[in-house]
Amino acid sequence: MTDQNKFDYILQQADNCLILGQRLAEWCGHGPILEQDIALTNISLDLIGQARLFYQYAAEIQGEEKTEDDLAYLRDAWGFKNVLLVEQPNGDFGFTIMRQFLYDTFSCYFYEALMSSSDERLASIAAKSHKETLYHMKWSADWVIRLGDGTVESHNRVQQALNELWSYKDEIVIETSADSDALAAGYGVSLAELKEKRDAKITAVLEEATLSIPEGTYSHKGGKEGVHSEHLGYILADLQFLQRAYPGNEW
Amino acid sequence: MSTELLEQKFNEKIDQEVRIEPKDWMPEKYRKTLIRQISQHAHSEIVGMLPEANWITRAPSLRRKAAALAKVQDEAGHGLYLYSACETLGVERDDLLADLHSGKAKYSSIFNYPTLSWADMGAIGWLVDGAAIMNQVPLCRASYGPYARAMVRVCKEESFHQRQGYEIMLTLCKGSEAQKKMAQDALNRWWWPSLMMFGPTDADSKHTEQSMRWGIKRFTNDELRQKFVDVTIPQAEILGLTVPDKDLKWNEERGHYDFGEINWEEFFNVISGNGPCNKQRIDARKKAYDDGAWVREAANAYAEKKAKKKVA
Repeated sequence: MTDQNKFDYILQQADNCLILGQRLAEWCGHGPILEQDIALTNISLDLIGQARLFYQYAAEIQGEEKTEDDLAYLRDAWGFKNVLLVEQPNGDFGFTIMRQFLYDTFSCYFYEALMSSSDERLASIAAKSHKETLYHMKWSADWVIRLGDGTVESHNRVQQALNELWSYKDEIVIETSADSDALAAGYGVSLAELKEKRDAKITAVLEEATLSIPEGTYSHKGGKEGVHSEHLGYILADLQFLQRAYPGNEW
Repeated sequence: MSTELLEQKFNEKIDQEVRIEPKDWMPEKYRKTLIRQISQHAHSEIVGMLPEANWITRAPSLRRKAAALAKVQDEAGHGLYLYSACETLGVERDDLLADLHSGKAKYSSIFNYPTLSWADMGAIGWLVDGAAIMNQVPLCRASYGPYARAMVRVCKEESFHQRQGYEIMLTLCKGSEAQKKMAQDALNRWWWPSLMMFGPTDADSKHTEQSMRWGIKRFTNDELRQKFVDVTIPQAEILGLTVPDKDLKWNEERGHYDFGEINWEEFFNVISGNGPCNKQRIDARKKAYDDGAWVREAANAYAEKKAKKKVA
């Protein structure tokens, strides 16, 4: 391993992308409107694509002839560094939309800042991903507004989703040692600056959606350090099944 | 213009291979036949998403996962342009979906079979998409313009899916014993249902003659089935897999493969609702539609509010 900290830093975002992409893939064929089924699958596909770019880079840093698939398929839950937000079950369409919105408002500003990373490889992955994420954030924000300001039922459902997810929104902007070391070394992103922009965006969209902003300030955390919810074990059982059942094969 | 004269003009266009467009006069039966066929095709695309979606979360590598997502997304896209082509004939998508959910409208029976292993993702691409292409390429020349144009795009993507499926099979067949077994098992289960995709024999096909007269159909079911067998057997040989038909042999005189009798009892059973997954597939579609009702209502309510604000 040439750079343990950079490796950990990259995995944080790679795992966010993979796990959320995996969750969105569960929607495939079951969306509420054909056009939105396509949108959910499309975002899932973008996220898997982003995960691959990060894993490929992380595998090179790791050396030992590892590949993207070793990182995705052969680590157990404690090795994953994604935030708890992205492993939350899909719930109804409103819950999925709110989870997506709370993630997109992070990732969009994260990539925007990472484009100025001193690490050229990270900067180029960020540039590509930022374009995709701008579209994701537009889509999820539009749906938050549409559902929030739609019918009484849709308003109540999406408000309920917001209340439940509120305590999961901040883990992603709380610094770990990987985050602070990355920032100090010049290839990372300032989460404090990001949080300001992100919070302003969240507030603006929720207001337009006529939703009430929850008052709670408590934040669940642990995911970035490998301590997850019970959900992740099942996600990995599904995701890793073939690689675990038939080890060492080409697919 | 009298109906007879209109019909005569319509037939002249068909004979001269001039495309019929949405605003042209057409016989009511032609319109109904098209709605039945195009909507059946659209339904097949969206029901067909389900057996493959079943393996997306378990795809064995990130590359395969991305390809599987892209493939199922293409199918949703095909559903979308086929429903749109259907709407040019004066029907609404919601009404077509209601017919699918009630069982009035059919979809391709092949999707009533389960996907039991990863190799099924290969077999579906190779055989099911392969058979679909045989059926669909001639439709790019169908007499109805919007249908023909939709099919050009569908066929391009299907042929990519077919190669991708075959490549999954090839990788498995070059792999471990367990992987080869998986591939053979998939071929055993998907071979006969794939041959059934061409529909009943010509003698029993009630729609073929009229559809050929109208230029909606270009080849008979049996012609297409034979073509599929002839193309696919050499591909199975390259894989080193055994096609599960003891009567299969090359007929030098005919210049085609002879093959065994299809189990028509199974075919008609699956069509009439007794396939292994008929209930699950329709239940899944209905659930998606019913669970989505509040979302569609919200989208409409919001759009109306916006429109009112614009006027005000």
